Parts: sequence; C-alpha cells; structure tokens
Amino acid sequence: MLLTTLILGLVLGATYALLALGLTLQYGICRIMNLAYGELTLVAAFLLVVLFKSFGLPPLVALLLICPAGYAAGWCLYTVMMRPLVQRSGARGRLEVDSILATFGLLFLIQGGLLVVFGANFTSISYLDQGVSVLGVPVALNRLVALVICVVAGGALVAALNLTRWGLTIRAVAQSPGSAPLVGIDVNRVARQGFALGTSLAATGGASLAMYQTFSATDGVVFTMKALVIVIMGGVGNVAGALVAGVALGLVETVVATAIDPGLTLAATFAIFLAVLLWRPNGLFGRRS
Amino acid sequence: MTKISRRAALRALRCGLMATATLSAGFASAEGETVKIGYAVARTGANATGAGITTIPNYELWVKTVNDAGGLTMPDGSKRKIEVIEYDNRSSNGDLVRSIERLASQDKVDLILPPWSTGANLAVAPLFAKYGYPQLAVTAVTDKAPDFVKRWDRSFWMLGGGHDYANGLVELLSAALEEGKINNKVAVVSVADGFGIDLIKAARPAFKEAGFELVYDETYPLGTSDFAAIMSEVQNSEADSFVAFSYPPGSFGMTKTAQSIGYNPKVFYISVGGAFPIYPGIANGKPDGVMAIGGVDADSSAIKDYFASHTDSVGNPPDSWASAITYASLEMLEQAVGRAGLDHEALSKELSTGTFDTVVGEVKLEDNQLRDLFWVGQWQDGAFRAVSPAGKQGASAAVIPKPEW
Repeated sequence: MLLTTLILGLVLGATYALLALGLTLQYGICRIMNLAYGELTLVAAFLLVVLFKSFGLPPLVALLLICPAGYAAGWCLYTVMMRPLVQRSGARGRLEVDSILATFGLLFLIQGGLLVVFGANFTSISYLDQGVSVLGVPVALNRLVALVICVVAGGALVAALNLTRWGLTIRAVAQSPGSAPLVGIDVNRVARQGFALGTSLAATGGASLAMYQTFSATDGVVFTMKALVIVIMGGVGNVAGALVAGVALGLVETVVATAIDPGLTLAATFAIFLAVLLWRPNGLFGRRS
Repeated sequence: MTKISRRAALRALRCGLMATATLSAGFASAEGETVKIGYAVARTGANATGAGITTIPNYELWVKTVNDAGGLTMPDGSKRKIEVIEYDNRSSNGDLVRSIERLASQDKVDLILPPWSTGANLAVAPLFAKYGYPQLAVTAVTDKAPDFVKRWDRSFWMLGGGHDYANGLVELLSAALEEGKINNKVAVVSVADGFGIDLIKAARPAFKEAGFELVYDETYPLGTSDFAAIMSEVQNSEADSFVAFSYPPGSFGMTKTAQSIGYNPKVFYISVGGAFPIYPGIANGKPDGVMAIGGVDADSSAIKDYFASHTDSVGNPPDSWASAITYASLEMLEQAVGRAGLDHEALSKELSTGTFDTVVGEVKLEDNQLRDLFWVGQWQDGAFRAVSPAGKQGASAAVIPKPEW
C-alpha cells in the first residue's frame, strides 16, 4: 500500500516537475515570467498529435524533432518579442512587469490560433498505454517515459549548470546581469540561449504530456498555473528546486488521495504551497535577498 | 507623446472585434427580409470545448440547413433567410450578459439562441425573461427546472436533472443485480463540482434504496489529471460496478488509467464525455461495454441522417447526448416559427404546447420541460446506444458484464 502510493506519487511528481523545468529556467536566466508557457507546451502537444496521426511518426521520434523545434521557436520568440523589452528595461522590475503583460497577450494569441487550427475538441492519442509493473505496482508506460525524460533532462540540466563553463556563464547572467558583461559574457546571447532552452523544455514537457493525457486548446492556463506553483515553491529560477518541488507535490497529492480523501488533493497542494511561502518566502531553494 | 490608455485601447479592440464578428456573420442579408438570430457562445476560454462540441456546430449546421432550403417558413408560407449575429462570450458570464443585452436592445434580433452550460443558461435566464425572448435552455441539467419554469414562463429545459440521470443508472444496475449479473457492491467517484455533486447526492440514497453498498465513495477536485491512485484503490475494492460522475477530462483519464492497470469491472460507467465521438479513440478502440450519460436510438433513420449531415458539415459525428437534443430544439424552434411566427408570446406558447417532429422523434414538452429522454447509454459495436430507460422506444439491451478491455 505504502509502496503503491510512493511509486504513483513519484511518477506523478516527475510529470509535474518536467512541466515546470522550462518556466523556472526562463525566469531564472532571463527574468521573463512567461505566462504563455502553458500555451507553448500545448503547441508542442498538438504538434506531436499531428505528427503521430497524420504522418505516422512514433511519438518518441516526434519528441526528438519537437525538442529542437522548441529551441528554435524560443530563439525566435526571444529575438522578436523579448529582446525589445529587455533593451528598453533599465531596472529589473520593469522587465518583469513588461514581460508578464507581453506574454499574457501572447497567451491569448496562441490560444486563439490553436482554437482556429485544431478546434475546441478534446485531443488524445493512445500510445504506450499498457501498464508496466514497477515493484508490483502497475504504472502506465507513457507516464514512466515522462519520468525518464524528467530525470534525464533535469539531471543533465543540474549537472550542466553546476559543472560546466557554460553553466557558469549562465549562472553569472542569472545572478548579476549587470556585471556579467564586465567579464566578457555576452548577456544577450546567454539570455537568448536560456529562453530558447526553456522553450525547448516546455515543448518536451508538452510532447510527453500528449502521450498520457487528454487535452484541449484551452488547457494552457492550467499547465501554467501548475508550473507556477512548482516554480515558486522550488525557488524561482532554481532547477533543482523545481525538481524537488514537483516530486513533493506529486507525492503529497497521491498520499492525500489514498490516505485521506481525493477531494482534498487541491487543498493539500495549496496548503503546502502556503506553508513553504510562509516558512521560506523565496521558495525551498531560493536565494535570500 | 500621444497617450493611449490601456482601457481605451481595450475598448477599441473590443469594438473592432465585435464589428468584425457582426460583419462576417451578416452575409445572408443580401436578399429580401431576413430573420435575425443572435447568440453569444464561448469561442474562447474554459467553456470553448463544451460549446465547440455540442452547441456551435449544431447552430451552424441548422442555419446552413435552413438557409439552403430557402430559409425559415413563416406562417403565411413565405420564406425568410436567417441572418446570424454571433458574439464570443469568452466563457465569462459578465461578457455573456452584456452580449445578450446587446443582442436584445441594440441588434434587436428576432430570436436569441442560448449559450452552452447550465451556469450560463441560468445567468441569462432573467435577461431572456426581461426582453421576452423564449429561451430553449438545452445544455442545462438541473433538478430545479419546475421552479425555473414558474419564475420564467418562456424558459424551456430540455436535458433533465441530476436525479434523473442518477436514478436511470441505479434502475439499470438494480435490474442487473436482480438477474445476478453483478454483486451489490459499487465503487463510485465524483468530481467536486456542480454536476458531479448533483449526481452523487441523488445517487447515494438511490443506490442504498436499491440494496447497493457503496464500498468506495470519494470525490476529487476539478482539474485532477492523474487517476492512478484512485483507480488502484477502486481496483482493490470488491465492487463489480464502477461509477464515475465525471467531466470529460476525468472520464477520459479514468478510462486510460483503467486500461493501463488492467481494471475490468463488470460495469464501467463514466458521465460526461463518454458519449463523445472521440471516446472510442481515447479508449484505444475498445469502448465496447462502457456506459455513460446520454445515448441515442442508433437505429432510427432520423438519427442516422443527422449523424451523417453533422459529419459532412463539421467533420466529425456529433456527441450522442446533448447534440441531438440541441438540434432537436432548433427544429422545434423552426416548426414553432412556421406555426406561430416571430411574435415572442405566440412562439413561446406554441413551443410550450405544440408537438414537434425532430431528430429524436416526436417531441412534446411537459410543463416546459423535455422529460422523454435517455439517461444511460452504452457503447455497442461502435455506436453509443441508449440503454436506459429500458422501456423507452429505441432503447437497446444493456450488455453486462462489460467485455474486458
């Protein structure tokens, strides 16, 4: 019983964490709170469905295409839309407000586009739906795939950020965008990379979500909200924090659903969210300001 | 520097959008006098999915069908084409109310079609009453319909109430219990939102009275996307029957989870979404035996024709619950206009007392409500067939136990 709860919670938590990785990266590096994040994941999800249904591409192969496509899309988005905002923002606060407003608009733009192209209907594919026994607990294979993607992507990201020179420059930009140019870092380039990488992760999260969940063109806000809770809980901009917070959320929801009452999962989510914010206002792993 | 305040910009944008909506919708007005029909539906926002499946396609299909045939027939035998004025209510009741006000007072449309969902219909009912328009509230499920009819005598309620659906299901299951096909244990989950609450409240006493024991009875919050924990608990209960009072995302999620963990109860019932045309795809091509809310007489030729023309014009078949009723309500409107004209009082009286020939058969309202409905349907050989009430014409026999996934 305990084992079942633990495994189901871990799997659920990993899917949550995967959904939040890109958002925390985008905010952490570029200081852009991307409210259109959920819509970007949805675009990837729809893309996966189209590739699968119309072109017969297996979703795992499509994922390999969607991931770099997300990077390219993020790159363009940053160059066209975010760069002008960054350029005119002097102090840090202005960019945050501007980016929130701009991406809020982008949210409706993308949602409208999706509604026009794909209609309002629910969309779903059946892929790797069969159950696999993990230590005797049946888990849907497609959710396990999401777990593996989350562990690989999250782990690689944490390692790269902490161990490589590239990671060092990114952390430099994240911590002090004003002084980073003094040591020869092209802040614009690094921020663009960070935003693109975040979009790429959003796309990966969306594409893996399409494998296990039914969704419709108006679901983006739900994903953004979930990701936001995880990002804020983990400490804004902290990749490891997002991973831990996502898994914690999944575990709490599953434990509450089995041990107490499934009706209280949402309440539990926001209870620990509140507790974390009261106890550590900057999130579990947030920097103290 | 010119200053354009955000409010002004938004107002300009909204005016522009409305103008475009009106312009693009006003094509039919080229010849002769038209009948102006307005509606404010959710093109965007949370309700867009429901409206996009059940409401909008049927409105469009009906307008096209009527206009292709020369228009609405008036009592004097003349024909007038329909001109549509449509607004997006953005899934917000505030916008919806404003749009209905506008349709009634500025656009001065002849008829207003209702929005999608129980809440939206209740929100605009006072307005319809204030301006005197008949309100054919199709996609509204409410037990309070008799009270509403007293309050707003030009309102019509056509989809029953939570009690009806719960009782229909319990009746079906207790017949199976008596035949010894299932045990008396039931596992039931319900979404903690309007519809789920209505149904579970009605179902609990009904199950008890019929001799069932609810071995698992839990609710889950709206927006839950993962049902692994719930389904694994349900699987471990000894219930032969699984009942979920759920919305589409939950219905779909539970189906997928049940399949992946190999959960095969003798009765697998989900609520909204089970009758959607995409359900067989979601169930991986194995929907056979799954029960859900709704159902149609799949053998009737009127339904077959309706499914075919819906597929032709929209690209997919309609859902097998509220879609056919929605279309039937429009046919009622069409026939009532033919007999009583566009005068709202005469029209409402005709709707209330007349008998109409529709895709769901002959329809006559009782106390402004459509009571002759199917409550439970089941997927059988690729069609979602009505199975309860078992005695109603066009009902098929329920298959219990459900074949394994």
